[in-house]
Amino acid sequence: MADYVLAGGTVLTANGPIEADVHIANQVIEAIGPGDPPVANGAGERIDCTGLTIGPGLVDLHTHLREPGQEWKEDIESGSRAAVAGGFTAILAMPNTNPPIDSGHLARYVSDRSAQVGLCDVIPTGCITESMAGEGLAHLDELTAAGVRVFTDDGVTVADAGLLRRAMEYLVERDGLIAQHAEDPGLAGGGHMHEGAVSSWLGMAGLAAEAETTIVARDLTLVRMTGCRYHVAHASTAGTVALIEAAKQEGLPVTAEVAPHHLFFSDEAVRSMDPVYKMYPPLRTQGDVETLREGLETGVIDAVATDHAPHAAHEKDVPFEEAPRGVIGLETALGVVRTATGLDAGAIFDRMSVRPAEIAGLDRHGNWPAPGVAANLAVFDMDAQWTPDGFQSKSTNSPFIGLQLRGPPQYPFFEGKLVWRDGKVEQ
Amino acid sequence: MDASDIRRALHRIAHEITEQTEGADGVVLVGIHTRGVPLANRLRDAIGSFEEAWVPVGTLDIGLYRDDLADRPVTNLAKTSLPVDINDRTVVLVDDVLYTGRTVRAALDALADFGRPAAVRLAVLVDRGHRQLPIRPDYVGKNLPTAAGERVSVHLEDTDAQEGVWIHQRGEDE
Amino acid sequence: MSFLGIEGHDRADLEVILDLADEFTEVLNRPIPRVPALQGKTVAHVFYESSTRTRLSFERAAKALSADVMNFAPGGSSVSKGESLKDTVLTLKAMGPDLMVVRHGSAGAPTRVAAWTGLPVVNAGDGAHQHPTQAMLDSLTIRRRFGKLDNLRIGIVGDIRHSRVARSNVAAFTTLGADVVLVAPRTLLPVDSREWPVTLSESLDEVIGDLDVVYLLRIQAERGGASVFPSLPEYVSRFGLTNRRFAAMNPEAVVMHPGPMNRGIEIADSVADDERALVLDQVANGVAARMAVLFWLLGGERSG
Repeated sequence: MADYVLAGGTVLTANGPIEADVHIANQVIEAIGPGDPPVANGAGERIDCTGLTIGPGLVDLHTHLREPGQEWKEDIESGSRAAVAGGFTAILAMPNTNPPIDSGHLARYVSDRSAQVGLCDVIPTGCITESMAGEGLAHLDELTAAGVRVFTDDGVTVADAGLLRRAMEYLVERDGLIAQHAEDPGLAGGGHMHEGAVSSWLGMAGLAAEAETTIVARDLTLVRMTGCRYHVAHASTAGTVALIEAAKQEGLPVTAEVAPHHLFFSDEAVRSMDPVYKMYPPLRTQGDVETLREGLETGVIDAVATDHAPHAAHEKDVPFEEAPRGVIGLETALGVVRTATGLDAGAIFDRMSVRPAEIAGLDRHGNWPAPGVAANLAVFDMDAQWTPDGFQSKSTNSPFIGLQLRGPPQYPFFEGKLVWRDGKVEQ
Repeated sequence: MDASDIRRALHRIAHEITEQTEGADGVVLVGIHTRGVPLANRLRDAIGSFEEAWVPVGTLDIGLYRDDLADRPVTNLAKTSLPVDINDRTVVLVDDVLYTGRTVRAALDALADFGRPAAVRLAVLVDRGHRQLPIRPDYVGKNLPTAAGERVSVHLEDTDAQEGVWIHQRGEDE
Repeated sequence: MSFLGIEGHDRADLEVILDLADEFTEVLNRPIPRVPALQGKTVAHVFYESSTRTRLSFERAAKALSADVMNFAPGGSSVSKGESLKDTVLTLKAMGPDLMVVRHGSAGAPTRVAAWTGLPVVNAGDGAHQHPTQAMLDSLTIRRRFGKLDNLRIGIVGDIRHSRVARSNVAAFTTLGADVVLVAPRTLLPVDSREWPVTLSESLDEVIGDLDVVYLLRIQAERGGASVFPSLPEYVSRFGLTNRRFAAMNPEAVVMHPGPMNRGIEIADSVADDERALVLDQVANGVAARMAVLFWLLGGERSG
């Protein structure tokens, strides 16, 4: 007997969208009935999905949950709620917490908290360097043993190429993935926004696009040298897209993600000097925005990742140059991608679920709905208009408040259970 | 009043000033912007026509001394210029219409910032009454009893196309 | 309404301010250089960067208009106990000022203050962004010397990239009809000049004879300059207004500098003291220009 029947929606399968009912039981998809499958009386809850799209639950490769250490901004519980409210069933927690996740027990802490909250899978990532200090390697064996597959010093670049080379050599045997926050510290020059015509006129120190491409280009030579899997976090420039495209043609094991806000806004938004538009990498030019959209559409960029970066209102409500970097994104991610790009529903779920799950090595997520597959699903109303206002996140530093987006999230299913309905945790 | 009434009135005032100041010795005429300025110039010319005296004329913009700035838009300020030291002289303030007295009050404040005259007198073309301050003119071209709802406008060839004094109902076109 | 930058103000606005400033110059020459125009108004000076000369100039301007003045500087105040800018200005607002004059090291801070308090705000310099009253006093100085700015050729020389004075002056001078050329080594020119209505030059010698105004910016000698040009002597030899270059100037041309000057670096000692160096006129005009801005914002109600 089914626990839920999702009736009358469009199901995104590996072979394309079909009109069908989805039967969920015992944490898996029991059946997908094209046409009019029999639904026994009393067979669990029937959820009307007429006009809605059912796909694999979204997977975010890049989330800052601030726990442990900065729980006034976010914690694993509030971050999990924000995730499921945005249609995510798995999120990778960045390790730049306090303390940074550089050893096994800290990674287990994140997994344990995730299990306690139980709304979605919060998957720990680990530091590349000890204490994220950029000087010695983190406890990579311990982290691997604790289930960590993605390694990053996100927030800062591993600037020492020799150290990064050793991390790559170490991780290639363990199927680890290096995710690089690419920002050359010298070229970044203490910049607060994209270096270009707008920063020049506003008199704000700029962060050159080349700060990103310089590091990506350097790292690609190390990938060639070591064979380690390499992932560009929050690619923001046209130059990076070109580098990734060439590396993929060469056959290097390279992937890249883009953040929703980099598909939506350009540095023109910073003219308001409102710190809600301050994030690193910074908002780039309209040309970069268009190249990133195109790269996502053609698949040169594999995935969308939110770079969800909560900051309390009092921290963000300061002059632009003094504001911390980052915006929240879990609850608006799909809507922004739907609004900003020409991707169809299938492609969006590919870039926001299937590909990220592959990159992070997640078996139970990112699978196109099919009988027997783990029931981690998300239901969206892909064509409806909506306007974000309130958030589940503890923070509200979103540049999308009040903007009209498409594709509001509806029902997330985590391990066969509807976890979120009508703005509340489903009991 | 028409143009010749105005001319006669100014001549009479010029004579009164000359009599009371023993040949306009030590007198400075100070016109209050806007129409006080041409009136002051005409008084100087009138005095000069029958007296061996060329009385200096200054101008005063009282925009910065008004007590009702918050109700009035910022307009470009006109020139304030006093060609001679006013200390120990007799200043004759010249304006077109005396009404509430607030303009004169502001002009007195302004003058005080330039020095300490021996005396300050007030010459107006028209006194229409309705004073709100204890101020009275020394030289009046014409007393013109009006109702508060009426408006008095003085036109002079120097600043306007025609010349004369009119009384309007408020809101009526001039 | 606030005065946060030159941008957003058209030529008519700037000319109203300059015309008012001309009248206030007359006021400042009276035996009692004070008018009651802003009697009963209170101006709060909120200076997060120490700048004695700018604060004194604003204070003199406010007092000449009979406004009351509140001075706030973060040293020794609650700011050193960690109070945020927002809380600080809301606290000051509760004391009832009618306008805030804000100087801050961060670009855009005065804009935030205006949004938080709802008060009129005058930007007295924010980061490398804008310093609009400096631009008005400089425009006033040039207009009083030449009658107008139209078709004048003004060269701004020095660290333009990091200068709020340059940004405001470029906007004001060009809005008022002048042609502006920026002269500096590449590392001090705007990193991307597409939005700057100017021409660029990397040689002072090439342009010096064509200029009506040579506007020198202060070289941050205390920062050593090492990261932006190789050495001070090298800077002086290429961009300093030396006696030789001063002699090459058009005989009618003038020299300006926002102060404080580094004699012997951007300006030769004897040039600084020449009657064609208008540095002290700029300072004097600063009071009148700031009076004009204060009166423009507070002296009456205007729609919009």
